[in-house]
Amino acid sequence: MRPNLVIISLISLAFTAMTNLALADGASIALHGNDRGAPACVTCHGAHGEGMPANGFPRLAGLNAGYLKTQLDAFVNGQRTNPIMTPIAQTLSGDERAEVARYFAGLSGPASMAEPVQETNSAGARLANQGRWSQGLPACIQCHGEMGVGVGATFPALAGQSSLYIENQLRAWQQGTRVPGPLGLMKVIASKLSAADIHEVAAYFSALPARDPSRRSKP
Amino acid sequence: MKVLVAVGLTVGILAVAAASATTGAKPAALFQPPSEQEMPRDEFGQTVKMGKDIFEHTERYASQYVGNNTNLRCSSCHLDAGRLAHSAPLWAAYVSYPAYRSKNKHVNTFPERLQGCFKYSMNGKAPPLGDPVLVALESYAYWLASGAYIDSKIPGRGYPTVPKPPLPRDYGRGQLVFEQHCALCHGADGAGQLDAHGRPAFPALWGAKSFNWGAGMGSIKNAAGFIKANMPLGLGGTLSDQQAWDVATFMNSHERPQDPRFKGSIAATRTQHHDSADDMYGLMVNGQLLGKGTPSVNNPNHGEKR
Repeated sequence: MRPNLVIISLISLAFTAMTNLALADGASIALHGNDRGAPACVTCHGAHGEGMPANGFPRLAGLNAGYLKTQLDAFVNGQRTNPIMTPIAQTLSGDERAEVARYFAGLSGPASMAEPVQETNSAGARLANQGRWSQGLPACIQCHGEMGVGVGATFPALAGQSSLYIENQLRAWQQGTRVPGPLGLMKVIASKLSAADIHEVAAYFSALPARDPSRRSKP
Repeated sequence: MKVLVAVGLTVGILAVAAASATTGAKPAALFQPPSEQEMPRDEFGQTVKMGKDIFEHTERYASQYVGNNTNLRCSSCHLDAGRLAHSAPLWAAYVSYPAYRSKNKHVNTFPERLQGCFKYSMNGKAPPLGDPVLVALESYAYWLASGAYIDSKIPGRGYPTVPKPPLPRDYGRGQLVFEQHCALCHGADGAGQLDAHGRPAFPALWGAKSFNWGAGMGSIKNAAGFIKANMPLGLGGTLSDQQAWDVATFMNSHERPQDPRFKGSIAATRTQHHDSADDMYGLMVNGQLLGKGTPSVNNPNHGEKR
């Protein structure tokens, strides 16, 4: 009886260790990757999830956790494809995808360098805040929130996002290389934008503060 | 099967819409309000600008007249900051008043009409005549109407009339339309959504945060017109007439804040103010009598006392 008990407790110990490995927490995955080949997220998305704007690697910090999880799931099930992200997402379990999404959602996003300039007269600002209803094009902020702060798990924050990333996504919807999300909305939206529109509106949002300056609590 | 048919219809209509967009065919020349850049910069222009700010951020600039829970703005139902034809544009309203309204059985001036928006659609209270909020909104509407003729039938006014659908409108089919086309933004519970900083994003369609039973959008006919022309946002015109009527019926078959004209009895209030086939107030839906209102300081009993 006794040896059996020892074996059982050894097995259960080993099992606990394995479970812990499989359930690596979000921070650990983000900073070190996992043991199934996922590299550290921060390699491309920045030490604080701020992204690498110049390379088009998006900011993740402060984005809605549900939104991030949905995107990772989409890379796994093929609804969204990307030569870099598809294989990485496939090495993450469902729980790991949820954990890492929660981790980045909890980061507060990069502080803006300067006070935001409320540029309301540029072409990008007009598209973002007023849309172009003569073409049935709503304002971006009607779904993505004022100042591009994001709405719920469906409409991601655009403020402080890499402009190259935004441009790439809009072009991908336009050209049909990114499957449009819910209701096919973004394909319809993108199809009404010119190359100049895309450039202007992406530049506008990328310059908005990722962190709400009015909520800068502690100096 | 029903879902498949609906998807097929939607795709067909999309194709038609796309075709007419490429040929540039437009049904009627619509009035074009002045562009934002043309807004005057003088003292009058400042009041116009204030009117636009109130219109788009009502909860911020006219909070004293907006219901406590309300997550609607003027621009929730009057799209493109009150410019868009077939979305009850301000320029069309401005050239349509004064007018006799059966709703209150007298001739209403434009500011009085604006008061009604606050009382009913914003579930708040009417700013007194001459209040800076009304002056600013009237100034904005007047400026948007620059160059329009006085014409109570100006094309693009109000919401379009959607032809009666082939089948009687239906709550159950409406619910399916809602789940497929509306819940994404307005929420499965119809309560709307706030943005990540807690500001109104998508308006509540029913419940305590929505317009009250006295609002024009409470008419299924009006709601069907708005929905058909404008919803989902960016995909206006893609729902069939049937879908628009069905989903408007579904939306307006839910409880919402009490009609401020309520006088102690749902039945009497229906007879006096809601006696229309397009109005669900005072009717039974799924075993529930509509018209009790939602809980609030002013409505602790949700309607009739027992």
